[in-house]
Amino acid sequence: MSRPNPLFRNLTSKVAATPMIFIVLVVFVGSTAWTVASSFTSIKTLPIFTPREFYDTWVGWDQYVRLFNTPRWITSITNLAIYGLLYSGFAFVIGFLLAVLMDQKIRAEGVFRTIYLYPFALSFIVTGKVWAWILNPAFGLEKTVRDLGWTSFSFDWLTNRDMAIYTVVIAGLWQGTGLVMALMLAGLRSIDDEIWRAARVDGIPKWRTYLQIVVPMMRPVMITIFVIVASGSVRVYDLVIALTQGGPGNSSQVPSMYIYEKLFVGALAQGTAASSVLLLATAVILIPWILVEFGKKGRG
Amino acid sequence: MFAPDRVLIYTLLIVTSIYYLVPLYVMIITSLKDLDMIREGNIFIPTARPTLDAWIKAWSQACTGLNCTGLAPGFWNSVFITIPSVVVSIAVASISGYCLANWPFRVAEWCFTILLVGSFIPYQVFLYPLVIITREMGIYSTLYAVIFVHTVFGLPILTLLFRNYFASLPEELFKAARVDGAGFWRIFFQVMLPMSVPIFTVAVILQVTGIWNDFLFGVIYAGPTNYPMTVQLNNIVNSLQGVKEYNVEMAATILTGLVPLTIYFLSGKYFVRGIAAGAVKG
Repeated sequence: MSRPNPLFRNLTSKVAATPMIFIVLVVFVGSTAWTVASSFTSIKTLPIFTPREFYDTWVGWDQYVRLFNTPRWITSITNLAIYGLLYSGFAFVIGFLLAVLMDQKIRAEGVFRTIYLYPFALSFIVTGKVWAWILNPAFGLEKTVRDLGWTSFSFDWLTNRDMAIYTVVIAGLWQGTGLVMALMLAGLRSIDDEIWRAARVDGIPKWRTYLQIVVPMMRPVMITIFVIVASGSVRVYDLVIALTQGGPGNSSQVPSMYIYEKLFVGALAQGTAASSVLLLATAVILIPWILVEFGKKGRG
Repeated sequence: MFAPDRVLIYTLLIVTSIYYLVPLYVMIITSLKDLDMIREGNIFIPTARPTLDAWIKAWSQACTGLNCTGLAPGFWNSVFITIPSVVVSIAVASISGYCLANWPFRVAEWCFTILLVGSFIPYQVFLYPLVIITREMGIYSTLYAVIFVHTVFGLPILTLLFRNYFASLPEELFKAARVDGAGFWRIFFQVMLPMSVPIFTVAVILQVTGIWNDFLFGVIYAGPTNYPMTVQLNNIVNSLQGVKEYNVEMAATILTGLVPLTIYFLSGKYFVRGIAAGAVKG
């Protein structure tokens, strides 16, 4: 009997996995490569494919130079930095504190979890519309507090150029901290009870056990949560569209809005250059996660 | 019974709960008011004479531009987008996960690693290439394009979910079935699927809420006649014509959130499992 060709071993499996392989190669690898490559060209509306076309339109770093000389882009990345840092930071701290509270063998845990997590089931569009209403200075919180007698009360962030981006943080936190809480709680529950018992026997106070023993043990979970939260905040789009539409003026613009506009109004390469910058930002966020994943495999 | 630290814990939990509940409460009471009450009243105080007029208007009469059809067409578009997208994405991902868990080969494993890293890449990187791809497939600006895009972006998390679940099933079952001469598809349909109801439930919940809540892909790939409910909600609220009807806006907002909220309240445990699957790996 001759040995079968290894190419045909598992043949059905290979056929069945074709859609996944197609999507990975064409969409995930191919599209990323195309986006990065086209950002070095001068294309405007018509996409290009052949090396010849790339050669003819090649302009080097021009698109990036133009990008970083565009005030609107600078506003956008500044806003993204503000949003990303505040959102990730607060979601992390609040999510962890809520998870610790939930971990104190409380009653009605299910009720509290349901309350903290329900906003996460809602879309960013719904989230944005609700908060736009609550923060509306003419009818919302500001008017309500003034009607109560505090007539000088001011909470006009939504219509204030300097503060609009912070309303996006408020709404984002409302939507997303429940997720962080749920993930942190799962991490806390995976800690062996023995550790708690040992800490109690040694007379270590609870808060110190959390800070010095439990948190370091949860490091891999924390890094994964950080990557999910931070890479999610880079994508922020719908929330801003629903809450401020990038306004007032351009004051709460974010990169994804800039990209969307450039891609579909005839500045294709400018859009892909801006996308590539976001890709780079995500790569920077991903590195700690890849190190952890890689490290895990290394240890077997 | 009332130790001070317990009191503190419950106080903190209740105060934070209020913060999370207020927007839902405000949304509901605003949608039940008429415009005069909104102008005179306080957003946190419910009306004494609730009315469903705003709900009816939001569902069937609210305008976007010259179209005064309400949210209803958007609701049905979302249904027609969500159902096939959920079915196709779960079919592709469950089979891929099964290949990876039970019939692995090297190329598939590489692709899976790329998929896991790729799931973090910002969508903006793929937007235009996917326009090209769907245009080449001849489906751009149709329902099929949106279904395809949802299948693509559901693939990483769902494949991970299914791969881990199938890998956790006892290997003896798979081996016994092979000894009995069952092949790839027979084992999948007759051995694996009957044992996988919980994970399919998790996947369906994850996908229904995710796809229902999508805005970006609906705007770009579905084409104006197929705009999902989120897009229509945004258009209704943004079309500035005459007096802003905040009660209608809030009714429209609740209506748009109703499907995922209902699923969430009915299936809390599975929902949590779905979102935790990506972070806390089995």
